Amino acid sequence: MGKLKLLVVDDEPGIRSGVLRIMENFSVSYPFMDEDFDFEVVEAPTGEDAVDLLSKDEFDIVLLDNKLPGIQGIEVLEFINQQQIDVVVVMITSYASLDLAVKATRKGAYDFVPKPFTPKELRSTIETIAKQLFLRRMTQKLNVEGRQIRFQFLSVLSHELKSPLNAIEGYLKMMQEKKAGELINDYNEMIDRSLFRVQGMRNLILDMLDFTRIESGRKSRKIEPIMLCEIAQQCIDAFQPLSIQKGIDIYLNCGTKVPMKADRREIEIVLNNLISNAIKYNKEGGRVDLSLGIEGNQAIIRVDDTGIGMKPEDVEKLFEDFVRIKTEETKNISGSGLGLSIVKKIIDMYDARITVESTPGEGSSFTIYFPLENH
Amino acid sequence: MLKKEKKTILIVDDDFDYLFQMKSAIQDMGFEVIQAETQKEAESIIERTRPDLAILDLMMESHDTGFILCHKIKNKYPEVPIIIASAVTAETGMIFDVNTQEDQDWIKADLFLDKGIRLDQLHKEINKLLKL
Repeated sequence: MGKLKLLVVDDEPGIRSGVLRIMENFSVSYPFMDEDFDFEVVEAPTGEDAVDLLSKDEFDIVLLDNKLPGIQGIEVLEFINQQQIDVVVVMITSYASLDLAVKATRKGAYDFVPKPFTPKELRSTIETIAKQLFLRRMTQKLNVEGRQIRFQFLSVLSHELKSPLNAIEGYLKMMQEKKAGELINDYNEMIDRSLFRVQGMRNLILDMLDFTRIESGRKSRKIEPIMLCEIAQQCIDAFQPLSIQKGIDIYLNCGTKVPMKADRREIEIVLNNLISNAIKYNKEGGRVDLSLGIEGNQAIIRVDDTGIGMKPEDVEKLFEDFVRIKTEETKNISGSGLGLSIVKKIIDMYDARITVESTPGEGSSFTIYFPLENH
Repeated sequence: MLKKEKKTILIVDDDFDYLFQMKSAIQDMGFEVIQAETQKEAESIIERTRPDLAILDLMMESHDTGFILCHKIKNKYPEVPIIIASAVTAETGMIFDVNTQEDQDWIKADLFLDKGIRLDQLHKEINKLLKL
């Protein structure tokens, strides 16, 4: 049987002994947990005592009253956050204070129990938390084993491949059943959407090929002297049809030819992904500036666009596998969610780093710094 | 036949095409449809409306959005049946193996379906859950 340690922080002895009594013979079991959990209760009459106990000992759950004689419950919560203590906090509130609720939730309180509480209420809150703790720990374990990542990748990949298939199949069935009318023109929109999804799938497959090449084929790399500006010009030329279609002008600004040593194919993939994003997420009639140069011992690639931009919290997620920023504006833009994660994987091989600046509605710029000495 | 009020079904899915197709199919079955494309949108709908049944996509903003929404709906309307539809349950078992009885108990969805399900099959399942 597993044991969860519960710290009850309240200045009323009645509440503390109540919790003790309620939790004494209580155990939590779930069909999917290997073992049951029961509880060990430790009492703290003040916030100071709680802080002291929390720094010395490990707890799983803290039941925290806010109104305490010395420091307040919310300050104990702050302490827990500052010390990054891994514990689930439940606030005990004597009266419904919306203000406190908002404040405490923002600071990471998991739940609330109103005071006075019935044994049933307390047990049900604790039961939910025990389950949550169990799952969280199981996830951590999986993470350590690195299994979750691979597993997630496969499920997401299968999801990304099946969704367009389902969509296309759905439209074909609607056509087969003549859902929208007798004329082929009645189905124009469905046909357009189907083609759009086919294109999405094609992109995904192409990106997947790049991806697996990077993941597995490191021995086939060919590091040779290249001229960054020449490669960039070729990439831009290849994007002419797309940029003309969207009415976007691409400018190449090269101070020098930027000689460096790299695998040509990898640099092409990096440039292609950055340029294609700058076009895709741009506005009609916008512009893309690709600037290349050398500063000190770094080669620099910078791509600026006048596009839709991103919020800071979206920028953080940008380089993860299969991440796509979902907004009203990106809904109809096809993408695999792999492009920037591929870019990141490649530049990591060169010990290069990438920075992103973005303003929603104004545009984004991506800058890559390649160290030159090692390559 | 007895004339009844139309039941309302909430469909949440971030796939525009799937949502469109499901809406059309479920309206054809004789239900009222409300739809949401994001978790947030769905949450604001359930704030104001109680659907008679909800069909949730599993992977949306994050890979378990469906579970989270399911949890929230069941909290507010414990009696509303929930179907979680996924494109991948069958192949990978997803994050938790939702096909085992134990996990279904925990996740509290009433039914897990693969998105490839035939429409007549889906209709049957909906009727069963709505006790029609």
